[in-house]
Amino acid sequence: MSTDLSGIPQFSGARIRRREDPALITGQGKYTADFHEDGTLHLAFVRSPYAHARILGVDSAEAAGMAGVVAVLTGADINDNLAKGVPSGTPVGHAPYSEGKQPPRQVLSTEKVRFVGEAVAVVVATSPAAAADAVETIFVDYEPLDVVVEPETALAAGAPIIHEAWDNNVAFRWGPIGGEVAEIFANAAHAVTLRVENQRVIANALEPRAVFASHDGVSGVTTVWSTTQSPHGTRDDLAAALGIEADQLRVIAPEVGGGFGVKGSVYGEEIIATYLSRQMGKPIKWVATRSEDYVSTYHGRGQTDVIRLAADENGRFLAADLQILFDCGGYYSGIAPIIPTLTVLMMCGVYAMPVIRAEITAVFTNKHPAEPYRGAGRPEAAYLIERAVAALATEMGMDPAELRRRNYIAPDVFPYTTPSGAVYDSGNYAPGLEKALALVGYDQLRQEQAARRASSDGKLMGIGLATYVEICGVGPWEMGSVYMDENAKVTVLTGSSPHGQGHETTWAQIAADALQIPLEDIVVKHGDTAIIPRGIGTFGSRSTAIAGSSVHNNALSVRDKARQLAAYLLEAAEVDVVLENGRFQVVGVPERGLSWGDVAAAAGGDNLPEALQGGLESDTDFAPDGSLYPFGTHVAVVEVDPETGIVEIVRYLTVDDCGVVINPLLAEGQVHGGLAQGIGQALYEGSRYDELGNLLTGSLIDYALPRSDNFPHFETHRTETPTPLNPLGAKGIGEAATIGSMPTIVNAVVDALAHLGVRHVDMPLTAEKLWRVIHSRQ
Amino acid sequence: MKVSMTVNGKTYTRDVEPRMLLVHFLRDELGMTGTNIGCDTSQCGACTIHMNGMAVKSCTTLAVQADGATITTIEGLANGSELHPMQKAFWENHGLQCGYCTPGMIMAATKLVENNPNMTEAEIRHGLEGNICRCTGYENIVRSVKAAAAQMGGGD
Amino acid sequence: MYPPKFDYLRADSAANALELLAANPDAKVMAGGHSLIPAMNLRLADPGTIIDIGRVADFKFLSANDGYVGIGSGTTHAEVAASSDVPSALSEAAGLIGDPQVRNRGTVGGNIAHADPASDLPTVLVALDATISTVSGSGTRMIKAGDFFVDLFETALNDGELVAEISMNQDGANTGSAYAKLSNPASRYAMVGAAARVTVEGGVFTAVSVAVGGLTPKAQAAPSVGAALVGQAATADNIAAAAAAVQNDLGDDVMGDIHASADYRRQMATVFVKRALTKATERAG
Repeated sequence: MSTDLSGIPQFSGARIRRREDPALITGQGKYTADFHEDGTLHLAFVRSPYAHARILGVDSAEAAGMAGVVAVLTGADINDNLAKGVPSGTPVGHAPYSEGKQPPRQVLSTEKVRFVGEAVAVVVATSPAAAADAVETIFVDYEPLDVVVEPETALAAGAPIIHEAWDNNVAFRWGPIGGEVAEIFANAAHAVTLRVENQRVIANALEPRAVFASHDGVSGVTTVWSTTQSPHGTRDDLAAALGIEADQLRVIAPEVGGGFGVKGSVYGEEIIATYLSRQMGKPIKWVATRSEDYVSTYHGRGQTDVIRLAADENGRFLAADLQILFDCGGYYSGIAPIIPTLTVLMMCGVYAMPVIRAEITAVFTNKHPAEPYRGAGRPEAAYLIERAVAALATEMGMDPAELRRRNYIAPDVFPYTTPSGAVYDSGNYAPGLEKALALVGYDQLRQEQAARRASSDGKLMGIGLATYVEICGVGPWEMGSVYMDENAKVTVLTGSSPHGQGHETTWAQIAADALQIPLEDIVVKHGDTAIIPRGIGTFGSRSTAIAGSSVHNNALSVRDKARQLAAYLLEAAEVDVVLENGRFQVVGVPERGLSWGDVAAAAGGDNLPEALQGGLESDTDFAPDGSLYPFGTHVAVVEVDPETGIVEIVRYLTVDDCGVVINPLLAEGQVHGGLAQGIGQALYEGSRYDELGNLLTGSLIDYALPRSDNFPHFETHRTETPTPLNPLGAKGIGEAATIGSMPTIVNAVVDALAHLGVRHVDMPLTAEKLWRVIHSRQ
Repeated sequence: MKVSMTVNGKTYTRDVEPRMLLVHFLRDELGMTGTNIGCDTSQCGACTIHMNGMAVKSCTTLAVQADGATITTIEGLANGSELHPMQKAFWENHGLQCGYCTPGMIMAATKLVENNPNMTEAEIRHGLEGNICRCTGYENIVRSVKAAAAQMGGGD
Repeated sequence: MYPPKFDYLRADSAANALELLAANPDAKVMAGGHSLIPAMNLRLADPGTIIDIGRVADFKFLSANDGYVGIGSGTTHAEVAASSDVPSALSEAAGLIGDPQVRNRGTVGGNIAHADPASDLPTVLVALDATISTVSGSGTRMIKAGDFFVDLFETALNDGELVAEISMNQDGANTGSAYAKLSNPASRYAMVGAAARVTVEGGVFTAVSVAVGGLTPKAQAAPSVGAALVGQAATADNIAAAAAAVQNDLGDDVMGDIHASADYRRQMATVFVKRALTKATERAG
């Protein structure tokens, strides 16, 4: 692109407060539940109290006669009128997948329920209270079946079969891939084996799921407000389910109160609300309660893994071997089958690993389906390898920082292809480690730890490290188009629909720098399929790198077009016109120049040469050539109270590297939030089931979400290793801190107990669990 | 049952079922949707409002209990176009991301600081235990509350 | 999130509350509603009729006189937490109930009438040997806290009877009290709560009263601890040794759940009794 680049970026790298915030801090932001139209009907669902049962009948006679009840519907009334059920899309038929099964999932189950909370009937009523009252009176006759909760049990011979079209509960297998490792492990100077659980968790976006659908009989278009990360994906999936054209739906993602992955999918409730709105010609609304969200929104994680790591006498890694058991729950849909393959892809972490071997078994159980949750397979990978490295360091009696140093992929080999097939774009791991160690005062901390252990008095101090790398910035493309009007005001349209990330602010910064115009002259629009022609969405830490790069390129295109136009208007040679200080001027003749306003006013004129017609706009998607691999080192200092087992985080320090950062204020915010979710899983969170498949952590009374007093001040720092794969040099930061923090915290806690002979404790590191570990060794 | 209350300076009277929660009264009867609902067990604090000068969870209060009360919601916290120092501090310190917990967080934090403008960081963190945020890791919320406290008369 | 329907009656005085209760014997009495409303939101409670005593001025007072403090049942946890007239253990425990918003609405009377075993106040009231005064159509009664809490969610209150006042000795000279709690990480209710009041004269314990809660169906006095400590020097070793005696008083009904097993809670009773005693002893000095 033949543009001058004389302007110094003013906005990129600046800590600019968000333009999104004024509405949100004054209560003016509108979330899905805030939309209302007269005549709205409300839905409430009848959900299975059994984890596995046959449905013998539904008696809704009493409900049908209750005040305010408009209809009570079962799957028999709805399912056959739909083209498809709940989306289920990932192909699992090709190698290295095998034994792939894709059981269909009805929006309302008619024959069998496979987890507690599966929807069986829906009440349509004039108020949400009336709908809730009616649900209480509906009697569903169930024949309970044997329940299988644990994935290992589900694989055992004679286990209850969850999908009876097949004779076992294997959802799919994948692999094995890689090389021969048996001999390497047999001959290795050092090796460790860890069996680790990456427990199921519940995303808990603070806004529960909600949908509001309003059909316009005249246009035939149904407008659907949905708390989604992907309005275009939602539109397409809803259209496919309803068997209608996508242009018969307008999907709006208004303010979205957090997503964390689980709002990237379309669920049965959205399909039913949209269907009923079209069928009944009425606005239809459903808003989940928190407890309902727990049994109707996908859970995350859910792997049981065995990792083996071998090293030579100097600690050089020789091989890694990984077996994954992935608990799908009662069904899978969306991209669940990809999750454990991402774990394999990232299993080498930041280390040069000569040989790997890996395989995956995925299994159905009578639990809620599990889908992507912040990190989706990559936290599991970082957790595995970083736990294994820590365990190996302990085994060898080597400082864990030193063992990492010896095995980092060297900075001069990028792009680097790992034996698991990942192509790391850029990386330089040692500087982040050294910076983190220096900032935290690692040597002094180790001295303090030794002294405290020697005095064996009081709390047990632990220091944990992890160096993570993750894969993000998935394409295949994203929209970030730029339109300048005749007043030189710019509109950016982006298909990456945010839910708290601050795209409006960041995209404006990117466009303002490229165009050298004030931030205030830029409006960023998103989240409405009627305004945004296409888009993929916000997930997988992709938005700045992909959509942001599109904004950048399109803004440069607009600038270049404007410069050509200015040259024409100034009757100067194109090469002689530059954009300086927001003004197009002829080199060496500063008085000959035009403002953006002059050029914008002239653009679109009828008398321009053909090449300069068409206005100042650019609408080219950015399609990356490869994925991005942000990385970093985290350090935690913890104290474990040996009397109670309670963990206190004394310090938490990060040195993250996500390439070039557009808005450090917002990037730090992503790190803080990512830490909270990773630390939350490490210490507190987890979806627990009893042997009958009841969700024991079924509300916030029992599911432990971290509060402000669970955390110390987070010390966040950065290094900057740009990616060559996009013009911004930016990677992603949305999930990195979740990925880095789980192994860091567990490494710290295990380090606190290492002198007692403890080598691993599974998450969450609850007080009782640690107390038992400590007391069994004292 | 007839209930009357003054919300953000204006008196409203409505005939409601006794079972109506205050948060539903505000949202559905008065159309003030700034107050959010994040849970059903009185844990998350997204629905926090001021009732007779105190921070209260409006999901755990019946509208009939608030009969005659003076209520302030997030919509009424600013003084006209002049943001409350707490609102300003949340904006300046990136104290919010998705914004869903924010109204309740700001209303709770406002009363905390009014009651004690000189809180330590630990006191702020303990004082916010009734409000859950899933986005910010609380780091910038705590920073915002500190900054607001300085504006609201805290410090030496 | 939508409570079931109910009839709502609002009392404007204690006498009026008793009349309403007499006329509606099955009605549920509500003060702040902070135990009842969440249960109704989850449709775990369906009271049919509610008598709201939240505005009854007769129940709203907190006054100290002559070493004795009386707390009206309608007093909020926030008011108790902020009071310097009540024993330290009580203000400390009140300040650990729920969160600031909950403490602004929840009342002492509502809390103890609910008798949730995971609540903080019953434990403290038993340790402080508080007296619970009730009113009913047939007059008033004084019930010792140790007799008031009968079982899981069960009190000595009769039908038609309301909690009016909770009273107890202030901490007094050479006396300190404290509350220590192992919180449920999700709900923050007590998995184990321990309350202690001690009097130390000349470096020797002359009076010790301890109770535990959260792990037993009702708040439980721990007389064995006091017996082990009275007459002993106020040292850390003596406290630690005596705290272990709580095991004698826990009974067979120690409860466990997904957050903490019965066995762990039992062990933690010793730890938190020790912590409460240690703090109370510091305050006595």
